[in-house]
Amino acid sequence: MAAPPVPRSEMSPSVEVPRRVGFVRRTFAPVAQARGIPRAIVWIGAGITAMFILLAIFAPVVAPYHFNQYRTGDGERFVKQEAPSAEHPFGTNVMSTDVMSRVIYGSRTAIEVVLLSLAFALAIGLPLGLVSGYFRGKLDRALVLVMDSMIAFPYLLIAIVVAFLLSEAIGRGVITAALAISVTYTPFYFRVVRNHVISVQEEPYVEAARALGARPRTIIGRYVFQNVIQNVPVIATLNAADAILTLAALGFLGYGIQPTEAAEWGYDIQRAIADAGAGIWWTGLFPGLAIVLLVTGLTLLGEGLNDVMNPVIRKRPIRRVEMPPLPALEEP
Amino acid sequence: MARQTGSLRAYFLTRLLLAVPNLLILLTIVFLLMRVAPGDPISAALGGRLPQEELDRRRHEAGYDRPIVVQYLEFLGNTLTLDFGTTLTDNRALTSVIVQNGAATLELTFFAMVVAVTVGVIVGLVAGRFRDTVLDVGGRLFGIVIYAAPVFFLGFLAQLTFGKWLGLLPTSGRADPVVQFDLDTKTNLFVLDSIITGNWTALWDVTRHLVMPVLTLGLVIGGVFIRLIRVNVLQTLKGDYVEAARARGVPERKVVFRHAFRNALVPVVTVMGLQFAVLLSGAVLTEQTFNWPGLGAELVRYLNNRDYIAVQGIITFTGLVVVFASLMIDVVTAWIDPRVRY
Repeated sequence: MAAPPVPRSEMSPSVEVPRRVGFVRRTFAPVAQARGIPRAIVWIGAGITAMFILLAIFAPVVAPYHFNQYRTGDGERFVKQEAPSAEHPFGTNVMSTDVMSRVIYGSRTAIEVVLLSLAFALAIGLPLGLVSGYFRGKLDRALVLVMDSMIAFPYLLIAIVVAFLLSEAIGRGVITAALAISVTYTPFYFRVVRNHVISVQEEPYVEAARALGARPRTIIGRYVFQNVIQNVPVIATLNAADAILTLAALGFLGYGIQPTEAAEWGYDIQRAIADAGAGIWWTGLFPGLAIVLLVTGLTLLGEGLNDVMNPVIRKRPIRRVEMPPLPALEEP
Repeated sequence: MARQTGSLRAYFLTRLLLAVPNLLILLTIVFLLMRVAPGDPISAALGGRLPQEELDRRRHEAGYDRPIVVQYLEFLGNTLTLDFGTTLTDNRALTSVIVQNGAATLELTFFAMVVAVTVGVIVGLVAGRFRDTVLDVGGRLFGIVIYAAPVFFLGFLAQLTFGKWLGLLPTSGRADPVVQFDLDTKTNLFVLDSIITGNWTALWDVTRHLVMPVLTLGLVIGGVFIRLIRVNVLQTLKGDYVEAARARGVPERKVVFRHAFRNALVPVVTVMGLQFAVLLSGAVLTEQTFNWPGLGAELVRYLNNRDYIAVQGIITFTGLVVVFASLMIDVVTAWIDPRVRY
C-alpha cells in the first residue's frame, strides 16, 4: 500500500525548506497528491467555505440592509412578510426585516461562534488529551470516565442547559453560545488526542527520544504533539460543521444569541415555522439553505481531507519510477 | 499474544460494574449544574411571585436550606429509587411526566431509528460497493446534504410541502383531539394502543401524524449511517479475507455479500448506540418543530419557566436511559462479536 521508497537524493528540495514550512507542507502533501473525485470534493468544500467566510467579512458591504433594519432611510416601515421583490430579493419576515440581509449577516455570526468554540474546545481538549495520554495513571482514568460520560449524553441537552445557565450569568451573546457548543466538543478532542498519543508513544522515534534522556515536556511538545496535530484539520472541519448545526439548534430553541445582537439562522427558522401554515416559504427557506450549504461545504472539506489523508482508506496514484539516464551514455 | 475470550456473563458483569461510576459522574454533573449554579430551585421558579417569608417556608419544607452535601446524597438516593420529585410550576409528579411524555418520545425515536437504519444500510452499502462511481457520489452527497440539513429545516420544508401545499398530512401533535379522546390509552404509545384496542380510525390518524416527524428525524440520522457504512464497506473490501476469498475463486457476488457486507454491518449495532445521543438531541428539535408532546418539548418548556426540579428530573432520567442503553448495546455487540469481550 505504501508508496515505493524514493532514494533520498531524488527527493524534492522540500527537505531543505525551514522546518515549519516543511511541517505544513508535509501535513497537506496528500491533498496535492490526490486526484479525481477526492480532489474535487476537497476543492468544492474549500470553495463553499471560502465563499461564506468572504460573505461574513464583507457582510456590511454585500447586504442591502442592516440585519436589524425594519424601515427605509426615510423612516418608512418595510412591509411585513412581503414576498421576494426587487427591493427585498428574499422577501421580508414577520419582524419586517430583510431576509437576505439577515442571511448574509448570519454567516458572520456562524463563523464567529464556530471559530470561538473550536478555540475553546481545542484549548481544553488538546492539552488534557496530551497529558492524559502521555502520563496515564489515575488522572487519565478519571478524565476518561468523565469525558466518556459526556460523550454518551445527548449533546444538545448539555448545550441547552449550559447556554441557559450562562445566559443567566453573562447574557446571551456570542461567547455564551460558543462556550455552550465547545462544552459538547471538548470530550471528542480529548478522546482523539489521547488515543493518538497512546498509539504514537509506542513508535520507535519516541522510544529513541526517551532513551536519549529527553524530558517528558520535550517528548510531548516536539514528537508527540507534532504527530498528533496532523489529525486536527480533519476533526476541526468536521466539528465546525457540527458546531454550526448546534448553534442553529440553540437558536431554534430560543437559547442562542439575543436576536437584536446578531442575525442567527436557527432563530430565523424558528420564527418561520409559524409561517409555514400560511404558505410563506421565503422566511425559512433561505436561512435553512444557508445552513445546509455551509455545513455541506465544511463536511465535504473535512471528509475529502479525511479521504486523502487517512492512510487506511487513502488511494494513492502509483508513481511511475523514472530511472535517471545513465551518465555514461551522455558523454560523447 | 494468546488471548482468552471470556464468557458473555463475565463480560456483562464487568460492564455492569463499569456503568456504576459512569452513572455517578453523570448524576454529579447534573446535580452541580442544576442545583449549585442557579441557586435553590424554589426562589428560581417562584422568586418575586411570593413574599419572602413564604419562599423561606417552602425552601425549608423542601430542605433546600440544608448543607449541599446532604442534599446531594438525598438526590442520589432518590434517583436510585426512581423518585425524581414533583415539578414546582405545575405540581406534576415527574414519574408521570416521564411516563406520558416519554412515551411520545419513545414512539417518535423508535420509528425514526427504523427509518434511519433502513435508509443508511441500503444507501451506504451501494455507495461503498461502487466506490467513486455515480452511485457512490450520489449516495454520499445525499448522506452529506441530509446530514447538513437541520431537523427543523427539513420539518419546515415538509410542513410547507405536505401540510400546506399538498394538504396530505397534519403538521402538529400526535393525534386529532377527537380521536385522542376516543383512544383508550394503556401504554401511551398511540400506535400500540390503537392496535390493541382495535381502533382502526385511530391507527390511521396516529400514523398520519407520525409520518412527517419520523421521516424528518429518521432521514437526518440516516445520513450518519450512510457515511459510516460506506467507509466500513471500503475497509472490508480491502480486507485480507476478502482478497483470500477472491483468490480461492469465490464468485464476486458472494465475496461482496457474504464477506464484505456482512462484516461491514457488524459495527452498525455499536453505531446505533453512538447515535442514541444524537437521536435524543434530534428528538428535542423534532418535537419542537411538530408540537410533539415529548420529553424534549417538556424540557424546553420547564427550562423557560425556570422549573429546575423538572429539568433536573428529565435530565437525570435521560442519563439513566443513556447509561442503560449503552450497557445493552455493548452486551449485544459482545454477543455478536466475541472479540470485544474482556
